[in-house]
Amino acid sequence: MKIVYNGEKDSRAFKEILGTQLEALAKEDPDVIYLDADLMSCIGTAKWAMNSSQGVNCGIAEANMAGVAAGLSASGFKPYIHSFGPFASRRCYDQVYLSAGYAGNPITVIGSDPGVCAAFNGGTHMPFEDMALYRAMPGSTVLDIADCNQLISVLRQVKDMDGVKYIRVGRKNCAKIYEDGAEVPIGKGITLREGKDAAVFATGIMIHEAFQAAETLAKEGIEIAIIDMFTVKPLDEACVVKYAREIGAIVTAENHNKIGGLYSAVCDALAANEPVPVEYVAVEDVFGEVGPQDYLQKQFRLTAEHIVEKVKAAIARKK
Amino acid sequence: MDANLKKDLQKLAIQIRMGVVEEIKARGFGHLGGSLSVCDALAVLYGKEMKIDPKNPQWPERDKLVCSKGHAGPAVYSALAVKGYFPYEDIKTLNQPGTNFPSHCDKKKTVGVDMTTGSLGQGTSLAAGMALGDRLKGRDSRVFVIVGDGESNEGQVWEAFLFASAKKLSNYVVLLDNNKKQLDGYVKDVFDTGDLAAKMESFGFDTQAINGNDIEALTAALERTRQGGDKPYAIVMDTVKGKGIPEVEETMANHSMNVTPEQCDKWLADLKKACDALEG
Repeated sequence: MKIVYNGEKDSRAFKEILGTQLEALAKEDPDVIYLDADLMSCIGTAKWAMNSSQGVNCGIAEANMAGVAAGLSASGFKPYIHSFGPFASRRCYDQVYLSAGYAGNPITVIGSDPGVCAAFNGGTHMPFEDMALYRAMPGSTVLDIADCNQLISVLRQVKDMDGVKYIRVGRKNCAKIYEDGAEVPIGKGITLREGKDAAVFATGIMIHEAFQAAETLAKEGIEIAIIDMFTVKPLDEACVVKYAREIGAIVTAENHNKIGGLYSAVCDALAANEPVPVEYVAVEDVFGEVGPQDYLQKQFRLTAEHIVEKVKAAIARKK
Repeated sequence: MDANLKKDLQKLAIQIRMGVVEEIKARGFGHLGGSLSVCDALAVLYGKEMKIDPKNPQWPERDKLVCSKGHAGPAVYSALAVKGYFPYEDIKTLNQPGTNFPSHCDKKKTVGVDMTTGSLGQGTSLAAGMALGDRLKGRDSRVFVIVGDGESNEGQVWEAFLFASAKKLSNYVVLLDNNKKQLDGYVKDVFDTGDLAAKMESFGFDTQAINGNDIEALTAALERTRQGGDKPYAIVMDTVKGKGIPEVEETMANHSMNVTPEQCDKWLADLKKACDALEG
């Protein structure tokens, strides 16, 4: 698959992709059903879903929505449910965990505006812990989306997968990474750039930051590999271990609390297989706040500058 | 109602109670009170009202039962055993290591159990999803959901009821087991849920309030829920927690009880006597 990253934003916003793709999947497969907690208008699905038996507006009642989705799954449907990230995780976690996960009723959960992407909705709407929660659910799949074509590919792949699938994705435009029509296989780390001095495992909005960091570092003669670890669970451990063995210095970068997300997952894999120095770019153990996304990225140290800093720290720790 | 049918259903209710005692006798403790209060409802559901085929438990067109008060699992297992979903003796493994009969209902473990429950409130939403699913698939099926009055403390119950009403799920039938007690005491003292029938009515349900330990009243009330329309149905069942075994009825803390084999044998003998008496 071709990597087309050049720093430019995709002309399509994630919410356009969610709107068109969920509709396309519903048209192709009569068992696809999409449920929302009164946020259809926020992700571009309202036009078709409000007038289709395959779209169900459950009102502002996320716990019930998760249970209804699990019941629909038991009836033979393939439910996709959506709300903003905190409501799609914390608010209905027990219902997804038991009614869907434990009870064996597969569903897909879409949590939009992860982490600092919640911007002007502020701290109440800013999930830094959603991946941690969903990683702790047995049999789950946890995906942090970076690119529109990746989202298209992933939405299709999860349809017939078992277990609970959690997709965290923004709503606005993001840097284009993958060529149109790309198939991005769930469960694989995707190498976006090779480099010999350190390997940066990144997800979501931090991929763009990692590319920016690579440019800065290259000017100083430091070459980093960038790997899109959009599947945070199940983690591509073989990929992590390979880079640890070949390069020996690892940095993770995620729009999430450092507890329980990508950093934790990568450290788990390395501790068991190939312990090497690991540095993280992630939110410290703090709550969110309101503001423009660029301000929040600086505030929570989710920038290219911090990746540069952490890459140098990891390299300095190499034996 | 037909006298023979009434007698058969009354006998079935006693048989279900006997199975509950057998299960709990084998383990020495269990959720007696809330299992016994719903045995009459289960007898009418599995003995008459529900469209089921014990030989084909996954038949998509069947009616489904969600026992949202999942701790009444022993009563559901007993009903399924009596109906022949699996050998009767199996239920005596309740809560033994590796059993297919856990305290709370689990559809992945027990043949004939239509939905996993146990975390109170969740069955109400699951049942709503199943009812919506059956409707969208064009199945002529109903989903019966047994909800506890104590369980109705949970907010999710009321989200689910609003949903069923808003989506006009007339194939969604709530049986509200108003046995007046929850774990720590009387519902009115712990967390008063007030007039449940008035609440169901105001939530948009076709509501009936009946004696939930009366086979004839249950039969008539369930028959009414067949007529479709644009409202879900609620049957608020006035019941007794521990119904059918005086010693359990009289025990205040009868949500979960320790029992001795001797106690159980006496209860089983009394229940058998009541069953035989129905034979005349």
